[in-house]
Formats: sequence, C-alpha cells, structure tokens
Amino acid sequence: MNTQITRRGFLAGSAAGATAFLLVGVGANGATAAGPAEAKALNPFVKIGSDGTVTAIVKHFEKGQGPATGLPTLIAEELGVRMDQIRYEFAPSNPELYANLAFGKFQGTGGSTAMANSFMQYRTAGAAAREMLLMAAAKDWSVDASKLSIEDGLIKGPGKSASIGEFVIAASALEAPTAPKLKDPADFKLIGNSKVRRLDSEIKSNGTAMYAMDLHLPNQMIAVIKRPPRKDGLAMSFDDSSSNSVKGFIRAAILPNKAGVAVYAENTWAAFRAREELEVEWDMSKAENRSSEQIKSEIMSALEAKPTYNVLKNEPGPMEKAEKTVEKTFYFPLLAHAPMEPLNCSIEATEDGGILLHDGCQFPTGPHSALAQIFNLPFEKVQIKTMLAGGSFGRRATPTADYQVEAALAFILTDRSRPVKLVWSREDDLTGGYYRPAFGHKVKVGLDSKGDIIAWEHRIAGQSIMKGTPFESFSVHDGVDHSSVEGVSDTPYRIPGQSVGLTDTPKATSLLWWRSVGHTHTAYVMEVMMDLAAKTAGKDPLAFRLAYLKGDKNQDRMAGVLKLAAEKGNWGKAAEGRSQGLAVHKSFGSYVAEVVEVSGNAEDGVKIEKVTCAVDCGIAVNPDIIKAQMEGGIGYGIGHVMRDQITLADGEVEQFNFPDYEPLRINDIGAIDVHIISSAEAPTGVGEPGTPPAAPALANAISAASNDLHIASLPMSENGVSFS
Amino acid sequence: MTITLQLNGDAREVDAEPGTPLLWVIRDELKLTGTKFGCGVASCGACTVHLDGDPVRSCQTMIEDVGEAQVTTIEGLDSKAAAALQQAWVELDVPQCGYCQSGQIMSAVGLLTVNQNPTAEEIDDHMYGNACRCATYQRIRAGVQRAAEIMEG
Repeated sequence: MNTQITRRGFLAGSAAGATAFLLVGVGANGATAAGPAEAKALNPFVKIGSDGTVTAIVKHFEKGQGPATGLPTLIAEELGVRMDQIRYEFAPSNPELYANLAFGKFQGTGGSTAMANSFMQYRTAGAAAREMLLMAAAKDWSVDASKLSIEDGLIKGPGKSASIGEFVIAASALEAPTAPKLKDPADFKLIGNSKVRRLDSEIKSNGTAMYAMDLHLPNQMIAVIKRPPRKDGLAMSFDDSSSNSVKGFIRAAILPNKAGVAVYAENTWAAFRAREELEVEWDMSKAENRSSEQIKSEIMSALEAKPTYNVLKNEPGPMEKAEKTVEKTFYFPLLAHAPMEPLNCSIEATEDGGILLHDGCQFPTGPHSALAQIFNLPFEKVQIKTMLAGGSFGRRATPTADYQVEAALAFILTDRSRPVKLVWSREDDLTGGYYRPAFGHKVKVGLDSKGDIIAWEHRIAGQSIMKGTPFESFSVHDGVDHSSVEGVSDTPYRIPGQSVGLTDTPKATSLLWWRSVGHTHTAYVMEVMMDLAAKTAGKDPLAFRLAYLKGDKNQDRMAGVLKLAAEKGNWGKAAEGRSQGLAVHKSFGSYVAEVVEVSGNAEDGVKIEKVTCAVDCGIAVNPDIIKAQMEGGIGYGIGHVMRDQITLADGEVEQFNFPDYEPLRINDIGAIDVHIISSAEAPTGVGEPGTPPAAPALANAISAASNDLHIASLPMSENGVSFS
Repeated sequence: MTITLQLNGDAREVDAEPGTPLLWVIRDELKLTGTKFGCGVASCGACTVHLDGDPVRSCQTMIEDVGEAQVTTIEGLDSKAAAALQQAWVELDVPQCGYCQSGQIMSAVGLLTVNQNPTAEEIDDHMYGNACRCATYQRIRAGVQRAAEIMEG
C-alpha cells in the first residue's frame, strides 16, 4: 500500500461575496495511478467560507467507523481551527481527485485504509490552506508571514487578529505552496486527543441524520425487486393481477438482465405488498441447487487432497521428527453482513441529460462506471451523492455494484420522469446473496521433545473472493488469492517449519469480503491451534506465543499488544468460577490482542463476562473512535461465531430475517476494556482489526472452561456450546 | 381510508390502507424519517416509537389499531429523560453508524420514565430487543446510566 502523496498544492478561487470559498488540495499519486500527479490532477479537500467556517471534503463514506470526524480532525489540526469550527461534506464521485491512495485510481472505502491513506494527504491540505491564509494576511498587514499564526480560526500577528474568513478571497488569488510545513507531532492538539468528539453524534441521537433510506425525492417511485428463490434463476414471465388490487401499486417489469422483476409503487409498503402478490415463472435451469452439506463436503474433500498451491513455496517442516503432534480440521460457514440499514439507493435524471445516484456509497468508482455504461453516458454525466450509511461490514462494496445496478436497471425501464428509489427488505438482504465464503482449514502441528514447534502443516480450502473481480490484480499472485491465506501465510509468528497449502473450491453462490476478509477464519485457526499446541506442549498459552514473537519490529509490536492485553486483563488470574482465553492477530497493518473472560461452561451455558483488548494501530488519531471500533469489532466477531450462519437447502437460503440470524444482543456480552499502545508509527486500520482475535479468544476461554473443547466448526451454538 | 393520528402533539390526517404498519405511515406519508426500518418483524427495534408513552415497534403496529393513542417519534421527544439521554449519547459518542440509535433512545426513554436509576442488568433486560449491528452496547449501557445521573442533576 502506498500512502505517500505528492505535495502539489493548488488553489481554485471561486470567491464571491459571502459565499467565498477557498479550495485547497494536493495531487494524488496512488499506488497504481498512471504516472506522477500532474498539476491538473488535483484534489480539493478544504473549503472555507467568508464567515470562517471550514468544511472538510471527506472522500471516505461514513458507515460508523469515523472518517467524517477523523479526516476533518487532520485538516483542523494543521489549519489551526477548533473542532466546533469545522464540518464535513462527502466528496462527489471523482477518482481523479478523491481516489483511495491504497486502491490506485479508484475512489472507495475498504480494507481499513481510510485513515492510513488520508493521514498525510489531509494534513497537507490543511497545512497548505494555513500557509495561503497567512501569506494573504501578511501582505495586507505588511508583516512577514513567519510572524503570523492561526489559532482557533483566528489569524494572529503582532498587535493584530482577524478571522480566517476575512482573508479567504485574498488567499484564493495566491499560488498554493507545493510543500507546506506540517506540524511537529509534539505540537498536536487534536490528533491523539481523546476528548475530541465525533461530529455526527448529535444528528444520530436526535433522528435528523439522513441516510439514503431517508431520502424522499419529489415525485419518486419505490422499486422493490422480486428475486428468484435461488441464486441465478431467471424471470421468464409474471402475473400481476393480484398485485393490481394493492393500492399504490404502479406496475411490474422484468429487469433487462432477467435477474428479477421490478415492482414499482407509490410507497414502500405498497411495493412490499404488491411484490407478495406477484406470481413469477422462473427458469431455474442455471440456478444454484446445492445444499450447505455439499458445499461443506467439497471443501472437506479439498483439504484431504494435495493442495493446488504451495503458498510459501517451501518444503514442509520435519513432521516425522515430531515427538508429539496435534491436528485439527476447521469449518467456517457462510455469513451475511446484515448492516442495520437495508440496502437502498435512489436514481434520478438530471436536467443536463445525466444521471444522479443518491447512495450510502462505499465504492463510488464502481457504480459510477457501471451506471455510465448502463445509461450509455460519458463518465462525467454520472454523479453520485454520498449519504450516511447505516453500516456495511463490506456489504455496500461489491465488485459488481450489485444494488446500484439493480436500481439502474429498474430506472431504465421507466420513462425517467420520476426518480426511482430501490429498497431492499431484511429478507432481501439475508437471502439476496453476497456472503462471507465458507472455508475449511486442516492444521497439523509437530512439537519436539522440548515442546517447541518444528512443523506446522496448514491447508486451506475455500472459494476465492477476489478472482474474477477487478480487484484480482491486487490480491492474486501466482494463482494464490492472498485474501484466502492472509493471517496464515504472513503471520508475524516466526513458526519453524510452517507450510501453507491452498485449494480453491468451486463457486458457491455470490461471495464477498466481510469485516476483516480472510482474517475472519485465519485468525480463528491460528489462535485456536496456538492454544492447542501450547496445551500439547504443557506450556502457558501466553508464554508459548511470545516465544515465537521474537525478531524485529513486526514481532515486537505483536508481542507488545499481547503483553498489554494479558496485563490489563489479569491473564492467569481469572476470578473464581471464570475462565480466560486469549488471542492476538495482525490485520490491516494493526496489531490487536484480546483476553476474553467467561463464566459457566459449554454444557451449562457460557456467559461472556469481560473482554480486554490492546491495540497498536500506529499514531492514534482519535483514541475514542479507535476504542469504539475495537468494541464494535469484538461484538461483530463474537456475535456471529456464537450462533449465526447462512445455510442453503437445495440452493435456497434458509435464513430470512433476524429471528433466523440472531444479532448480538446487549445482554450477550459484558464490559469491553480497550487499551491503545502509544506509537509514532504511521496510522493503520481500526475498522476491521478488532474482529479477528475476538472469536478465537472466546473459543479458547470456552475451551478452558469446558474440558478442552476446542470448537472447530462454527457457529458454536450448533457445535456443542450453549450460551446463557 | 383517512385516519387521524395524534402525532407528536398534533392531529395529523393521513390516507392509509388498513393493515399498513404505523412505521410506513410515519416514514413515507408524514416523512418523519428518524424512525427507521430495520427488519419489519419487530426483531430489531429500529422502528421504536411511543404509544401513550410506552415504547412499541411501529413496524408491527397497524395503523387502524392506533386509535386515539398519542404517538411520539424521536422528532417529538420532549422530556427530561429524552434530553438527558441525548446529552449522554453525545457525551459518550454512543452512535457508530447510528441507524439503530433513534430506536435505542426511544426504548431507553421508556425505561428511564419508569425506572430512574436502572442497574446494568435492568438496562440489558429492557434494551434486549434493540439490536445494534455495530455492537455499541457497552456505550448504550453507559449512556443510560449517565443519563440517569444527569436527570438526578
């Protein structure tokens, strides 16, 4: 990942009276961008009104993970304003200006990269704005700019003080500095300040926050899609005579790709009702018809055969010399993301003959390109207005832009005089495809007479998420999809004799990354096996792990969080009647260790009493948001392994709504205590890294409480564990 | 059919078919979008409103059953408990994606109205039906307790 940027400033003054704006930006030089940034490939991030109000243009969407606070913080810090003097706006879709620097020329949020790729870019934008304002004031006041500073939105100089708003117009006529001076981290007031609050808490606490679901465009129609009962069925014909009796039903039409029938209505309830009444004849000849058992048996067979890929390209360790061995086979089911806000978006025609999409849009460049193609428009005639998103966990970012394409296909069947708002129900969400793939692992660990690892034979089988998508070139090398093996093949543990085999299994329904991607299963296997190996060696799980975390900074940072979580979680000193488990994992550049403390046991009922977490994510820009992301990531990881899975019966998804896919509830989990390692390293991810260690730490705690029941198939509730 | 709703202190006439959930009347007809659609089967609590002060799931409350009851949505909250909860939610930065939080607050107002000093266990028992996929539960618990403190003054 390349998070360096070219500091090429620019200034585009559109200053006129009270609405004067100062636009400042820096050129993007993405990892795979075509050549170095040119002056015209600019990236505006800062707007300042003549009243001194600063607006940060946020290129990452806000699904709760915090960029609508974090990115403005970077600008406010360097510019010299308070957090109550800055607001945010989501950037329009424009990959020339707003690319994710970790993704090449592609605008989007994912891989826990929002802060990592924006840290220098947004600081530089804020610093450039500061220098321009100071130059303008210096000229006006006839003093040297070095005598001036900006504090709390005021330009201060010898005997003088003025709002930054007063110099916006003058500043906008100046040339932007190419390399503005950034603050010394020792002088940070906002970055690293745990008192900085989220900018979106108030609107999210009083009902005024606007999600895409809340949009009512004038004269809009609601569209819902009747989809085939099994993936890849095709709509052949329909009978809407019963739907006609539903007041508010407008009409139904088969989507151009036959993937379903669009039902149009005046309101959402009428659309749902009319869809229920609609009879559709499906061609199911190419539809998914397998059951979960078959998908599982394909994966399990693959684990027994010679792996297709020798991921580390090495010889396996000397298992035959092992004094003791321990072996385990794991299975992970399909999982749905189920963000709280069901998928939806609205499409309307614009007066200039273009198309405008309103969406809690995670990957603008994907739907932007897809819509341009569908409507046969030049790229610049498509606009995307990004709104708040009610969660995602990966679901709003599909390589196929699935729901935006559905909305576009529903819209193209109309005369385009009325905006179309596509709405998914919760049933659509759980049955409509895109799941964390099922995966299997088989691991055999060999220990010598001293209980040290001499061989670690690890096989993985499952469906590649990235192959066949535009992201293939990022993730797939020599046939190996890194997202299938991440967390195993690149573990910071220095494991002697580790070998990793991978076999891709046949396509089963539609698959997608899910909060922490491959780490959702690899962390579980690594950390349950570490416990099993420690147990087999007769060693303490903490000391056993630390023995393989000696080396350079990578190992030190992993050991650092492990030790801190153990210390803060009172490792080895569980209260009476309680049991502990620990796990540590590196993902998205961040290191997270967790100690889970439970009461009860698998047979009588497990209660999750307490989770202690330590995280090293480099510079902690907003410590409280980092803590919140750890809390949420832990809950997300634990909730699903407790009792959730998506299963297929002859191709049909068997879970329809939350009662069949029970979310983590408030009474499922006790206190979560998060500790952040102080660090001067560049910031790394926080949205996902809290999730991977949570499930194995829970599994290890349950194992300690339940006669070494090392749970190898998930969900736990289906594999011998009850919860109280 | 035309129905008169007592909503947030006002009488509002709406045109809705019998069997229409109150949720969709509030959101689509009256355009009060603070009340959220999450599941439609009373399993997530995102659509929680008050009927005569008691939290109910508006997705499973049919419009013809509302009658003369006073309907309160997040937009119409006006009580000491509500103000304390909203203050606590901002102080503690409870929301992440925020989509469930209107419902969380509506449920919590119901709790603090009848129990001004709830224990953690009482909070869990009362809030059990309000799902949060971001798992902000720890802060919800702390937020309710902080609001109780604020109310004590």
